[in-house]
Amino acid sequence: MSTGKTVVIDYQTGNLNSACKSLRVVGADLLVTQRPEDLKTAARIVLPGVGHFASTERLMTSGIGDAVLERVAEGVPFLGICVGLQWLFAGSTEAPEAPGMGVFSEVCERFPTGIKSPHVGWNSLELVQESRLLRDLPKSPYVYFTHSYRAPVINTTAATTNYGGAFSSVIEKDNWMAVQFHPEKSGSVGLKILKNFMQVSGC
Amino acid sequence: MLTRRIIACLDVSAGRVVKGVQFVDLIDAGDPAELAMRHAAGGADEIVFLDITATHEKRALLLDAVRRAADQIFIPLTVGGGIRSLDDAMLVFDAGADKVSVNSAALSRPELITEIGSRFGGQAVVVAIDGRRNTGTPESAEVYVSGGRIATGLGVLEWARQAEARGAGEILLTSMDSDGTRNGFDCELTAAVSATVQIPVIASGGAGNVQHFADVFTRGSADAALAASIFHFGISDARAMKEELAAFGLPMRLPC
Repeated sequence: MSTGKTVVIDYQTGNLNSACKSLRVVGADLLVTQRPEDLKTAARIVLPGVGHFASTERLMTSGIGDAVLERVAEGVPFLGICVGLQWLFAGSTEAPEAPGMGVFSEVCERFPTGIKSPHVGWNSLELVQESRLLRDLPKSPYVYFTHSYRAPVINTTAATTNYGGAFSSVIEKDNWMAVQFHPEKSGSVGLKILKNFMQVSGC
Repeated sequence: MLTRRIIACLDVSAGRVVKGVQFVDLIDAGDPAELAMRHAAGGADEIVFLDITATHEKRALLLDAVRRAADQIFIPLTVGGGIRSLDDAMLVFDAGADKVSVNSAALSRPELITEIGSRFGGQAVVVAIDGRRNTGTPESAEVYVSGGRIATGLGVLEWARQAEARGAGEILLTSMDSDGTRNGFDCELTAAVSATVQIPVIASGGAGNVQHFADVFTRGSADAALAASIFHFGISDARAMKEELAAFGLPMRLPC
C-alpha cells in the first residue's frame, strides 16, 4: 500500500467528513489543512468539494493554487472531487469572476434548462479511454452525483456521464485526476476508485 | 442513465429505531447504525434517519447513532427531525450526515433553508413537506405540520416553489392522505410538485407493494421514493425490489 501523507485541502466550504472517512478506509494517512506550506510534505493531494465555485477563490488568494501547481509538476498525484474537478478548468459560469486553475482551457457551465437540476443520484460512468482511477471496475459502474454545473468532454476525459448530454465525469491527465461524482458516497465502487488513486504513482 | 432512487427511512427515537423499512430478512428494531449498514448492504440507494422525538436530552443519542452509521456506510445519509437552526444542522453534519431534512422550522423561518445552504451547499438541504388535499385537486393541497394535525394555510405547490427559490436541493413530499394506507403513493400530487420545481422530488407515504413504486416513478414523475414499512411485500431487501422495478423498465442502480 502507498505510503506518505495524503493532504486533504480544507477551503472551509461544505463537509469534509465523508471524504476523509473514506480515504482513511482505503489506508490514507491524512493531513487536513488550509495552509499551502503543508503541501510540501504531501505524497498525494485531494481537493474535495461541495458548494459554490466562488468558494475556490480562497484557494487562489491563500497560495494553495500555486503550491498545488508546483507539487503536481514535481510528480505528486492530485485528485479533485466535484467542485475540485471544475476548479481545474479555466472557470465556471457559476462564478465568472473567479478564475479556475486553467489546467484545462474550457469552462464549466450549468445544465441546460428543461432537465432537473441539480443532477442528483446514481448515474453511470462510460469509459472513453484507459483510466487509472477506474481500473478493475465493472463496465458502466454507478456512482453518486450531486451538482448543477458540469464540465465539457475534452481530450483528457477518461469517462463521461449522460445527463442532458454527455459531460466529463472522470478526467485524467498525467498527475491530474478528477471526478465529478462523490466517490466517498458511491459505495464499494467509490471506495475502489479511491483505492486506485492511492496506488497511482506520480510521474 | 440517471437511476430512480430507493431510500430506506428509519424512524429513530432516543437513539433506537422504532419504525422503519421492514423487509422479510430484515426485522426492524434496534440500533440505527447497524440497520443502516444492513440496508446499505441490501441495496438501498440512500439512508434517512428521522428523529421523531428530537428532544434536547435525546439529541446526543441520535448524534451518536449518526456518527456510528457514517463511519460504516458509504452512501448518502440524510438526517431529519428537530433541525431548527443552523447550529442544529452543523451538529448533524459534524456527526457525518451528508444532508439534513428540514420541515416545520423552515416553514416558520424559511431563511433557514438559505442559511444551511450557504454553509453546506444547497445539495445538502432537503425540504420535507407534509401535504394533504383530501379529495381536492393537487393544486388545492395544503401544507400540514405536527404530523399532519395542523393546517398551515399554505399551498403545497406554493411552498415547494418557495423552498426551491430559497435554495433547497431536494423536496421530500409526504402525502398525509396516503400515509399509512398502503393504497399507493399520491401520484397526482407528486407529479404536480415535480412539474412545479426543477429540483428532484422524493415521494413518501402510502406504499403497499412494488407496483406502487413503479407508479410513482412513472405517473408520479418521482425522482426517488422513500421505503417505509413494507414488511408485507414479501420482498427480502431493496435489491430484490429494485430488480422487480428494473423489470418494469425503470432505471435502477444494479448490481448494487
